[in-house]
Amino acid sequence: MPLPTPSQTVGPFYGYALPFPGGGDLVPYGHPDAITLHGQVYDGAGEPLPDALLETWQAAPDGTLTGRSGSLRRDPVTGGFAGRRSTDFTGFARVATDAEGHWEVRTLRPPAAAPYLCVCVFARGLTHHLFTRAYVGPPNIDDAVLAAVPEDRRDTLIARRAADGVTYRFDIRLQGGSLQSGSFQAGSLRGGKETVFLDFG
Amino acid sequence: MTPSGVQGLPTQEQISAEIAAASGTGPQSPHPARDFAPYRSSALRHPHQPLIRTGADPEAAELHGPVFGRTDVTELDADLTRQHTGEPLGERITVSGRVRDRRGRPVAGQLVEIWQANASGRYAHQRDQHPAPLDPHFTGVGRCLTDGQGGYRFTTVKPGAYPWRNHLNAWRPAHIHFSLFGAAFTQRLITQMYFPGDPLFPYDPILHSVTDPAARDRLVAAYDHGLSTPEWSLGYRWDIVLDGPAATLPEPEEVR
Ligand SMILES: [Fe+3]
Repeated sequence: MPLPTPSQTVGPFYGYALPFPGGGDLVPYGHPDAITLHGQVYDGAGEPLPDALLETWQAAPDGTLTGRSGSLRRDPVTGGFAGRRSTDFTGFARVATDAEGHWEVRTLRPPAAAPYLCVCVFARGLTHHLFTRAYVGPPNIDDAVLAAVPEDRRDTLIARRAADGVTYRFDIRLQGGSLQSGSFQAGSLRGGKETVFLDFG
Repeated sequence: MTPSGVQGLPTQEQISAEIAAASGTGPQSPHPARDFAPYRSSALRHPHQPLIRTGADPEAAELHGPVFGRTDVTELDADLTRQHTGEPLGERITVSGRVRDRRGRPVAGQLVEIWQANASGRYAHQRDQHPAPLDPHFTGVGRCLTDGQGGYRFTTVKPGAYPWRNHLNAWRPAHIHFSLFGAAFTQRLITQMYFPGDPLFPYDPILHSVTDPAARDRLVAAYDHGLSTPEWSLGYRWDIVLDGPAATLPEPEEVR
């Protein structure tokens, strides 16, 4: 078996290469079934990350996980980005955080069978990306991933629904409190409650 | 206590001592430690809690992933030397290789993205302000889809080394950033390709965040004379292996 190529940090200078216009707009503005997932990314000092890159991946509303191409559709005339076709749901978003660590994705509600967006976080200082999940609907009773998460940490994976019913808040805290040798590490709680990150093996 | 360098930055000697202390420690993972102290930016950006191992959940959406197709790239995207009206400065190179998954299967039809500094070591990024010239004929961004055998190929110029502020006199070895997708979201990889024989290797905490020397070697391309083109470009070969399970076929653990 070949040996895996190691990960390396995305660094600080990906901004002119990876993000693309409309990267967070899986459906056009004003789409009647759109939901918005948004939030901020924080470090262990509670400071927002102005240089994080997030990608999301999800099932289509009909439950299919095959995705569609066209997330980065290119214009052959100018070489620039042409935007997604409004009729194709690609399931994939890529967004950079702004100066306040904020990001947002406008998408379609994933199906009840897989009511979450898979989230991958990159940033300067992350030597290897981090996977988490943002649940935007009631998790299934037999959800194997949530079952593996200690009960008192599961709330970090649940996006908070706003009163409008279509906007969800999902903050990501890269580093939070940790109980080591019987006492909390100095300063470790400033980042808030650490988000659960997942290892798929 | 070790003395701090001028400007409040640690010295190269301090960082090198930390790198040496971390070398070969911990589990022999192909991937870097998330809390690699010599790379100072990792200090507040790594989780304190261990990652949650999800087990083999066959329903996980992460075992599938985004797909890309011929609308997502144009022919010119793989040639970084032809994106402007003139020729970029620097040593023209061809970088090519194959992308496979950890079972050795080719990763076909998937997106490969690269970005890099120009030949002087300057990124076309507002936050890179170090006094090396920008090149009006070079942006440093490319993309392509892998072919049926997982092959990719870019034409570009060799990037320069550049300084950064991790510590005093910190310089990154020349590298090209790579972003790759496999058959599943779990196989996502962002990494960096280095050039053989770079004298800056021993000093770089980002390269050394991979503490296993054999794994580190896998980040270094090979000069390939057969890939060089007469009167045109020098060839570098770099094969990539994506980690992580996918839904398409059983993983080796399950086959056993
Ligand atoms: Fe770089």
